[in-house]
Amino acid sequence: MNWLTNIVRPKIRALVSSKKDVPDNLWDKCPSCAAMLFRKELEDNLMVCRHCNHHLKISVTQRLRLLFDDGRYRETPLPKVLQDPLKFRDSKRYSDRLREAQHKSGRSDALVIAEGSIGGYKAVVAAFDFAFMGGSMGLAVGEGMVTAAKRAVSTQSAFIAIPASGGARMQEGALSLMQLPRTVIAVEQVKRANLPYLVLLTDPTTGGVSASFAMLGDVHISEPGALIGFAGARVIENTIREKLPEGFQRAEYLRDHGMVDMVVPRKDVKNTIATLLSLLMPQGQAMTPLPKPHTSRQDKKRA
Amino acid sequence: MQILDFEKPVAEMEAKLAELQHQSGDRVADEVARIQQKTDRLLRQIYGRLTPAQKVQVARHPNRPHCMDYVKGLMDDFVSLSGDRLFADDAAMVAGLARFRGTPVAVLGQERGNDTESRLKHNFGMARPEGYRKAQRVMHLAGRFNLPIISFVDTAGAFPGIDAEARGQAEAIAKSIETCLRAPVPIIAVVIGEGGSGGAIAIATADKVLMLEHSIYSVISPEGCASILWRSAAQAAEAATALRITAQDLLALGLIDGVIPEPIGGAQRRRDETIALTGDAVAAALSDVAGQDSTTLQNNRAQKFLAMGHRGLN
Repeated sequence: MNWLTNIVRPKIRALVSSKKDVPDNLWDKCPSCAAMLFRKELEDNLMVCRHCNHHLKISVTQRLRLLFDDGRYRETPLPKVLQDPLKFRDSKRYSDRLREAQHKSGRSDALVIAEGSIGGYKAVVAAFDFAFMGGSMGLAVGEGMVTAAKRAVSTQSAFIAIPASGGARMQEGALSLMQLPRTVIAVEQVKRANLPYLVLLTDPTTGGVSASFAMLGDVHISEPGALIGFAGARVIENTIREKLPEGFQRAEYLRDHGMVDMVVPRKDVKNTIATLLSLLMPQGQAMTPLPKPHTSRQDKKRA
Repeated sequence: MQILDFEKPVAEMEAKLAELQHQSGDRVADEVARIQQKTDRLLRQIYGRLTPAQKVQVARHPNRPHCMDYVKGLMDDFVSLSGDRLFADDAAMVAGLARFRGTPVAVLGQERGNDTESRLKHNFGMARPEGYRKAQRVMHLAGRFNLPIISFVDTAGAFPGIDAEARGQAEAIAKSIETCLRAPVPIIAVVIGEGGSGGAIAIATADKVLMLEHSIYSVISPEGCASILWRSAAQAAEAATALRITAQDLLALGLIDGVIPEPIGGAQRRRDETIALTGDAVAAALSDVAGQDSTTLQNNRAQKFLAMGHRGLN
């Protein structure tokens, strides 16, 4: 505060203030190597640090655009559920937290159901929005998973889950816990219909989300460095009173321990999924002729 | 027996009763009856209005009957089965075959142990992936031989350790839930003490889920919830209330199928009576689903869980 703020009327202050001219999100700091990254460049590079290849979190919209052919998809709204069934309150009312998150995101809860084609194959995607209360799973997310899975079955589409979640939503108590069996039932319908169920495990996938549908995919793909596990690092450290090894609960660790099929850089995720769908979807299901997957010389050598 | 802080008023009377039990004579018998009556009245009062935080204490009471007490008290010919056939045996998870009131059944449950040595052996009832995979193995066995599954849930949660994570704790729990849902035979689960989150529901995705009157069932421990949302474990009592973890709350929310009443003063005071009452409740639950073919069982089980979430609390 300076003398100006006290004297000058707000409207005039707005004119004088230069704050608006410089957006504060022009630069981002890489959480891994601390390099300063120009926002525009970072976005063009799919939110991957060009210095250390760290995969930063990506918005759910950007994620879906990357995945679907031509970046085009249709969203299905989440089904209506009870809001704040327990009248939960900690330092703040849960209903207020919920309303705030809804207001900020313009979504009703932490899941987006999207439909479209991937590599020419019909797909229903259920993607978590980590920005919405840490992607936590309560009634709305669970119900959304059930709806999305049903939709995949009724349209004979592949089902792709993209968790990004700290786990069950505490503020809905045991109702959140019941979303574990409910989401398992959801993906069971897809499996029974002999449709592929793929899971793209993104940072983070932990707690009740990892201990339910997320670990039951036909194929598990994850992004480099993604945190995946059941118990939180702090809980483990407090229990065993030991420091955790480097790389513990990271995507590469899970691949090496047999829980994830592959760790795929963000730029290759779409092609990987498209190839899997071309192998798993019933023949003759492609909506459009499948373009030859692009393989560079290097990829061939690695294969 | 360990006396809980809110039981102090009855502790003195109970001590007197124990003392008098060694004496004889008409006057003593009268005195015993009088004190017993008074004690019971007081206990009924205290236990009739336990706070959620107090229920947490009762649910974790070391003298409550544990999984193996129920197995010994209710089952004949119990044959304990060991190992997941993949890695190891996990003593935190009990699994086996037995006869319950004449019918062969499969038994699952977490065992917490009763003294330091057995608690260490059973890892305080916190199972690792091999425990959940042993449970899956026995559920498959039950399915093949058409044996109903009875599971006794009593765990603070699945074990949070480096080894457990390395071997896929999340996958082990997820697969257990899936195995429960696919089981072609009836499953009855009883929360006998603490139903700790994913580690509990892994063996409690059942046709009938019952809870003892003073047991708890929660998505996270009150201490864990408090340290995250209140940033201090000291607020655990508040969290216990807010989380709605009591058997009565879960019944009101339509998440469980029944509450088994506990004798006066809680299961820890009258263990045999508790076990007998539980046996009757399990038998009744089994007869409720008896005679259903496997498809009906599986469909009804899935429908039951899908229908949850339409009832809130005020």
